[in-house]
Amino acid sequence: MVDQLFPKIGLAMAEVLERVGCQVDFPEDQTCCGQPAFNSGYRAEARTVARHFLDTFEASEAIVVPSGSCTAMIAHHFAELFHKEPETLARVHAIEKRVWEFSTFLTQVAGVEDVGARLDAVVTFHDGCHGLRELGVKAAPRRLLGRVRGLELREMLPAEECCGFGGTFAVKFSELSGAMVRTKIEAIERTGAGTVVSVDPSCLMQIQGALSRAGSSIGTMHLAEVLASR
Amino acid sequence: MSTEFDQKVHVTLADANLQLAIYTATGRLKEKRIEAVAPDALPDYQELRTQANAIKKHAIDNLDHYLEQFERNVAAHGGKVVYCKDGTEVADFVLALAKERAAHLIVKSKSMTTEEVDLNERLEHHGLESVETDLGEYILQLARERPYHIVAPALHMTRYQVADLFERCLHVPRETVIEKQTALARSVLRQKFLAADIGISGANFLVADSGAVVIVENEGNARLTTSAPRIHIAIAGIEKVIPRAQDLATFLKLLARSATGQLLSVYTSFLSGPRRAGEIDGPDEFYVVLLDNGRTRLLPDKAKRQSLYCIRCGACLNTCPVYRKIGGHSFPWVYSGPIGAILTPQFMGVQHEPALPFASSLCGACGEVCPVKIDIPKILLELRSDTRKADAREHQNRLERLGFRAFAWLMTHPRLFEMAGRIGRSMGWPAGTKGPLGAWLSERDLPPLPAHSFREMWRRR
Amino acid sequence: MSRDNILHRIRTALGRGAGQAVAEPPPARIRVPEVALEARVASLLERVRALAGEAWESTDPRGLVANAIAGKTAIASNAPCLAEWGITSLPGVRSGITDREELRELCAVADVGITSADYALGDTGTLVMLASPREARMISLLPPAHIAVVPRGRILTGLDELFSLLPNPAELTSSMVLITGPSRTADIEQILVRGVHGPGSLTVVVV
Repeated sequence: MVDQLFPKIGLAMAEVLERVGCQVDFPEDQTCCGQPAFNSGYRAEARTVARHFLDTFEASEAIVVPSGSCTAMIAHHFAELFHKEPETLARVHAIEKRVWEFSTFLTQVAGVEDVGARLDAVVTFHDGCHGLRELGVKAAPRRLLGRVRGLELREMLPAEECCGFGGTFAVKFSELSGAMVRTKIEAIERTGAGTVVSVDPSCLMQIQGALSRAGSSIGTMHLAEVLASR
Repeated sequence: MSTEFDQKVHVTLADANLQLAIYTATGRLKEKRIEAVAPDALPDYQELRTQANAIKKHAIDNLDHYLEQFERNVAAHGGKVVYCKDGTEVADFVLALAKERAAHLIVKSKSMTTEEVDLNERLEHHGLESVETDLGEYILQLARERPYHIVAPALHMTRYQVADLFERCLHVPRETVIEKQTALARSVLRQKFLAADIGISGANFLVADSGAVVIVENEGNARLTTSAPRIHIAIAGIEKVIPRAQDLATFLKLLARSATGQLLSVYTSFLSGPRRAGEIDGPDEFYVVLLDNGRTRLLPDKAKRQSLYCIRCGACLNTCPVYRKIGGHSFPWVYSGPIGAILTPQFMGVQHEPALPFASSLCGACGEVCPVKIDIPKILLELRSDTRKADAREHQNRLERLGFRAFAWLMTHPRLFEMAGRIGRSMGWPAGTKGPLGAWLSERDLPPLPAHSFREMWRRR
Repeated sequence: MSRDNILHRIRTALGRGAGQAVAEPPPARIRVPEVALEARVASLLERVRALAGEAWESTDPRGLVANAIAGKTAIASNAPCLAEWGITSLPGVRSGITDREELRELCAVADVGITSADYALGDTGTLVMLASPREARMISLLPPAHIAVVPRGRILTGLDELFSLLPNPAELTSSMVLITGPSRTADIEQILVRGVHGPGSLTVVVV
């Protein structure tokens, strides 16, 4: 998704990683983690895509992902997919330890919170559900945002509510998904922030789509884009 | 996708008053729960959840043993256990007993299990009067409706609807003040309690080492149901059994807090057998009906067996962003919310309502609040896979399967994937579409398409 | 027979044989905290009040109850301490009933039910009542008001201590009821109403 629809997120992430001293490699064979197939109940198809992921990234020292939901798919659900294939399962367990959601990588692996960013903005942070509940991504993005010069972070209330994307859910139950995202943007508007930040591009797409449909001037940015700002 | 489910969802989403009622009511319960289990209120919360899960797992994994122990102890205290495979057998038992005892009037306290088998309808069909005594359930019985929520059954009704109902059914002047409506119900039902021959209750827990049923409530109607009539029949699913009375120290701390944010419900009754020698009041006869109704069909599946751990607190409903929009009546069976979404396909088969496991964004909030740690999101995913397997067997939903096969194929051919992306971006979003794009567009805008993909830009660095 | 069928289906599903032993369940989690009596009393009173009940500490339970029931009819249980405190001899109080039907008729018209309690739980503001020849079920249930007079020594810390003292309540009684506050419902529009079926007024007197 980042590759084809939101390339700036990928570039921003690469820039920040290089800035903190990492050598960034982009294995060109990569396509997808298979989450859409898995979530839709097509496990055989998901396995096909997952195997391709394993082949592509097996040699990588650390795999940094600009998406909480994709990271959760790889780190938690690959094992479910291959629980009947011991050899592949072993490969999955080996790679699970090396896959990181972007903000987690920065704070826990690279050990940094200040990446030298500057952005004069009032923002609010949206906790994507998979990152939040499956990976515990909550404090890390906030610590990173806290070090961005000129940035003010306001928390939305209620917090931790789903944006309503849910993959094919947004399309199969579009009216329901729309009702959920409208509740979300009401919470966003109440903060007075001008930008919504998240570590999940799919949430950002859902939220931005609803904001612009509502005629709102509030924008969305991926955490990587905020941290890349100077 | 089923149109009946879609239709119910659509109708609920379009009703602004109902949207407000559902969202506010569940929001209140959600906030109260959060307060009641916060670290300063219940420091042991996570440990208690782990313990509750472990006890339920042990009990369910050894269910036959604990049911037999329960049965022995009920008998030891002068009661009787009756096993029923389905609603017909339950009704047959109650009817036979009522006939033997010349019983005509039954009072009932809240029991989702009896809703499962439409017990009241069956009894009424045979000429017995069976009156719901929980205020919300009483209202629903008059309205001939199903419960909207496990804990707040009449959540969807306004005082004006209640006023209309009471006026019509009880032939009283129209009364819209809630306290007065409650007082009216109280006085009507009091007569029923004191005249009833049989009291039928549910049970929150069946305690194996005691032969006891535990009933948790706020109104007092369950106490009256189980203490006033000469005969008490408790009806519960076989999965309600827990090993020891001491385990209640764990479960009771979790149940009310998870349901409503109360420390304990107003009344917790621990009932074993008819009244003992010397006790002044209480029933003369005590029966526990253990209902299967499909639970034994769930048991073999080790991954999904945990669905039976549920203690019916309703926390998952209150926290679910989907339930909070679509409400209880969108669901096809008596159980709604996330627990309903996993129980219904397992009891009724995935083809009963194939949309159900998919009507979730998989946000995971339900699993996070479940006091017995049922991994609801994981089970939803399993049920999605089960539904697709059933589709394949029935040759249904072929187009979608083909689509995902194509997706998998494309994702394993990176060069083709790249090419497809380039073509797509140069053509732009297709205009005026039906299908997925049209569905997306009905609610929100599409993102603008970038000129180049990330990989193109990366190569150029 | 459904019993044998159901048990058979369960065993088949679980891979268990008839009469097969079970492993030990996880140990019951019972943690009894150390809380001084005075703190337990204070907590009980505070919790009952927080639930819109009344709660008093008193060296003169007779006087207190007399005030509470002045001009009203009351039915008192057969708990010996109620007689010892002189409560059963107050005007308007009937007591000493042992016939179920007679008791029910009196409870159905009485304004107040007066009982003792076997235990109370300080942390939740709960009364623990075991049905016995001394305590009938209906007295704390039918009348619209309930007064419970509790000797302070019966106040426990909480559920853990209760189930530690009574690991098997079924051995003692057909009915153990935990009462935490007055009867209530929020079934109509989530508006709280007290006194739906059980007593809407609850008074706890600690002696």
